[in-house]
Amino acid sequence: MNSNSLLSEVAQVSGEKVQACYQCQKCSAGCPVAYAMDILPNQVLRHIQYDHREKVLGSKTIWICASCYACSVRCPNNIDIARIMDTLREIANRSGIKPGEKDVPVFHSVFLDTIKSKGRIHELSLILQFKIKTRDFFKDASLGLKMYRKGKIKLFPSKFGGGKEIKEIFNSFEKREVK
Amino acid sequence: MKEVSYYPGCSLHGTAREYDESIRGVSELLGLQLHELEDWTCCGASSAHCTDEALAIDLAARNLAIAEKSRRELLVPCVACYSRFKVAEKEVKEHSAKLRFSYQGNVPIRYSLDFFCDESILEQVKKKRVKPLKGLRVVCYYGCLTVRPPQLTGIKKYEDPVHMDRLMEILGAEPIPWSYKTDCCGASLVMTRTDIVRRLGGKLLSMAKEAEADCLVTGCPMCHSNLDTRQDELGKEVGDNFDIPILYFSELMGLALGHKDAKKWFGHHITDPIKVLSAKGLV
Ligand code: SF4
Ligand code: SF4
Repeated sequence: MNSNSLLSEVAQVSGEKVQACYQCQKCSAGCPVAYAMDILPNQVLRHIQYDHREKVLGSKTIWICASCYACSVRCPNNIDIARIMDTLREIANRSGIKPGEKDVPVFHSVFLDTIKSKGRIHELSLILQFKIKTRDFFKDASLGLKMYRKGKIKLFPSKFGGGKEIKEIFNSFEKREVK
Repeated sequence: MKEVSYYPGCSLHGTAREYDESIRGVSELLGLQLHELEDWTCCGASSAHCTDEALAIDLAARNLAIAEKSRRELLVPCVACYSRFKVAEKEVKEHSAKLRFSYQGNVPIRYSLDFFCDESILEQVKKKRVKPLKGLRVVCYYGCLTVRPPQLTGIKKYEDPVHMDRLMEILGAEPIPWSYKTDCCGASLVMTRTDIVRRLGGKLLSMAKEAEADCLVTGCPMCHSNLDTRQDELGKEVGDNFDIPILYFSELMGLALGHKDAKKWFGHHITDPIKVLSAKGLV
């Protein structure tokens, strides 16, 4: 195995045996979001084997996967496909390849920024930050109001004291990213 | 009184407040004292694990380290948090992941539904039940992470789980068979690909309607929010009309155990459960 190949990188980060896939397509047959993917889960495995880096890391599929683990529990070769999807998102983030889905990676980075600054997810801050980043202010606005009336929206984040530790966690994450 | 550590997680401090309130209410009736973890922080949930594995483990382990100080069982009502905690536990136990926090994997991590389905709890529920949920037809919706992957959850019947059905039976309700128990609702995509969520959620509600369920029962705050808050949109997506209350299993437990605040919990729902429940003479 070429040590620079996508195959070896995925195998190393995920610990999964990508080569064991024999294309039975059971993973794709049970995937609830397969209809919205540009390459099916079984095809992802094949493209990894062929080192089609851009195709895989630039796909919609890796961002649309809902991490439901239906594929992983059904694979006859015990390949944890859901975990491979996580690994691919991680590699894609660092690859500089343009993501196939615009908003999903933005959402994840806003989510992590919220934890970094507030320690917990304060839902309203998360939603507002996401809307600022995606410039879509009207989506779900009336739903938000309905939820507010039902007492489901907390206006202010709660206080927490773990700030120093959270900072350390994110510092070392950011160092890894730079590397 | 049995003492248990409690990690509510971010959703239960926000949109899923009725889940939090009903878990606390039911615990009290069952003689459990919950100690909310001091100074807990977000588990990293949907975003850390697809960004950086070490970050995901750090964020989970910080909370587990706090829990381990007391050695009590840790009760976790949100399945996303539960799943992240179990992954961190596995990494520490099986791969001896190096951590910045002192955590050895010695705290039993219990997902709320599993916890309340323990035989000892069910025995108590049988004894303390004051208002059997007679005539209430429910579909039990387990979703993804409550059962999968079984290496983490320990659920043996992960393709056709029955523990929530059994709990409902003990409460006096009528769990009805359907084939969508463990189908995904797409929750992690709710802000980004709402179209996918509408399609998956719409299908689930159609199937619940076809099964002639009075309500759908869940133990997941994301599934709940998805299915409860936008039923008009889900209906439009699949060309149907829905008015199916989505209830937390703990709310129904509280109702059957006669908790005085049950009606308050139902007041936080967008799809009103009170109509159906009062038609059955339950509120
Ligand atoms: S189920 Fe497993 S073996 Fe079959 S195609 Fe998918 S990954 Fe390959
Ligand atoms: S984990 Fe992802 S790829 Fe696998 S079945 Fe679920 S959505 Fe599809």
